[in-house]
Amino acid sequence: MKNELARDVERVVLFLDVNGERRDLLLPVHKTLLEVLREDMQLTGTKHGCELGECGTCTVLIDGRPELSCLLLPVQLQGRAITTIEGMAHGAELHPLQTAFAELGAAQCGYCTPGILLSARSLLESNAKPSRDEIREALAGNLCRCTGYTKIIEAIELAAGRMK
Amino acid sequence: MAAELGSRAMFVAGGTDLFPKLKRRQFEIDTVIGLDFLPREIHNGSNECTVDAGVTLADASRDAHVNARFKGYADAAGLVSSPPLRNAGTIGGNLCVDTRCNYYDMTYEWRKAAGFCMKKDGDICLVAPSSPRCWAVSSSDTAPMAIALDVMSLRLRATPEMRSAYVKLRRRGSIDFPIAGAAVAAQLDGDIVTSCRIVLSAVASYPLQATAAEAFLKGKRLDGEAIDQAAELAARPAKPLDNADLTHFWRKRMVRVVVEQALHRISDQGAGFDG
Ligand SMILES: Cc1cc2nc3c(=O)[nH]c(=O)nc-3n(C[C@H](O)[C@H](O)[C@H](O)COP(=O)(O)OP(=O)(O)OC[C@H]3O[C@@H](n4cnc5c(N)ncnc54)[C@H](O)[C@@H]3O)c2cc1C
Ligand code: SF4
Ligand code: FES
Ligand code: FES
Repeated sequence: MKNELARDVERVVLFLDVNGERRDLLLPVHKTLLEVLREDMQLTGTKHGCELGECGTCTVLIDGRPELSCLLLPVQLQGRAITTIEGMAHGAELHPLQTAFAELGAAQCGYCTPGILLSARSLLESNAKPSRDEIREALAGNLCRCTGYTKIIEAIELAAGRMK
Repeated sequence: MAAELGSRAMFVAGGTDLFPKLKRRQFEIDTVIGLDFLPREIHNGSNECTVDAGVTLADASRDAHVNARFKGYADAAGLVSSPPLRNAGTIGGNLCVDTRCNYYDMTYEWRKAAGFCMKKDGDICLVAPSSPRCWAVSSSDTAPMAIALDVMSLRLRATPEMRSAYVKLRRRGSIDFPIAGAAVAAQLDGDIVTSCRIVLSAVASYPLQATAAEAFLKGKRLDGEAIDQAAELAARPAKPLDNADLTHFWRKRMVRVVVEQALHRISDQGAGFDG
């Protein structure tokens, strides 16, 4: 294995659209979006899990669709709209999904919650009244080790009802 | 650029196969060359359909025309990994997905501790130590379906009598790679099979065509008895090894079951044309 430290690290200037704001960044070209969000932009709501695409806790929205920030390179994302959990509330006003999750106890340790909220938001934007199976399918890339999923599904149904 | 850098560079489309492998040091390269410039359209003709390599698995699995005429292909794309991975992962990347093995899909440190194998850095196979070749498993979901449909350059062609089905076995209903799968495309005249292709996933290091079962079904009525016998024949050449999830004895037994289920779907399905 080559010695990491001996490698020249190439840096690039990038313009990213994160939560509706244009951010100008000077970044090592190999950094993942997950690393850039957490380390360079202090947006630590996006969680760091397996780093291999298996757990979904690093989910963000790219042009409104859930993708895994641990497997994305910012150089591929110029001109695309990136939404993180920090972009979900409007000022002090929570998104209806966030309110429903809090009310129903759909988060326990909370580690999976940002990713699940974003996957759910994407679902409700394309399907205002999803069935239980459609909710399960939309969340099929987001693992939760605490809740058993029932409260999560109920909270999404509650929010969907309120958002009509 | 690719020619200049040679093996020091690799192409990347969605990165959902390549990036985890780079993190595990399964490939050691200096440069990745993005394929974002590739076209990513689905071109629907009246009885054929061309899917650009850059189309995401999510888009291919949801396309109404692909679903109506190439159900097996849409299902195979929709069963790959998980929803966020299908939003990034592409059809081209799925055809080229690297073969898998429990002794190889590990971190560099784990592989070093276990002893490197011949797929990278070593010279023996840890699953079959006396074997001169690697038995890592072909785990693409869409490749067997593309072969079953006799696809050329990602051009899917349908005839009015054509039907297709894909059945995938894995531990969980999402995220996991296949541990056995059956892709079937068949032309039927009424309930008589006029031609048929059966291709298995995750039971060899390439998508395995079940030629004996195909020959057996030709000219037969697709009833329960024929399906049972064809499934038995299809399972025979499958020789899964102890290098994927769950035991290989059980996976071998399940090959017959996935083929049987895929053939039942074909028999229950209407023809590939909706009009
Ligand atoms: C947790 C997890 C679960 C997964 N489960 C499955 C599964 O169930 N079934 C499955 O089939 N896959 C699975 N995958 C693998 C992967 O997500 C898919 O195979 C996906 O389709 C790969 O596409 P991609 O565009 O991301 O490929 P990339 O990672 O970008 O590329 C994969 C390979 O193909 C090459 N390549 C890509 N596009 C082209 C092209 N147009 N021309 C030439 N070469 C090209 C690349 O150089 C690379 O070698 C899984 C991955 C993860 C992380
Ligand atoms: S099948 Fe053998 S050589 Fe191939 S990856 Fe597994 S252990 Fe290595
Ligand atoms: S941290 Fe990205 S999927 Fe687990
Ligand atoms: S609330 Fe703990 S992992 Fe989901």
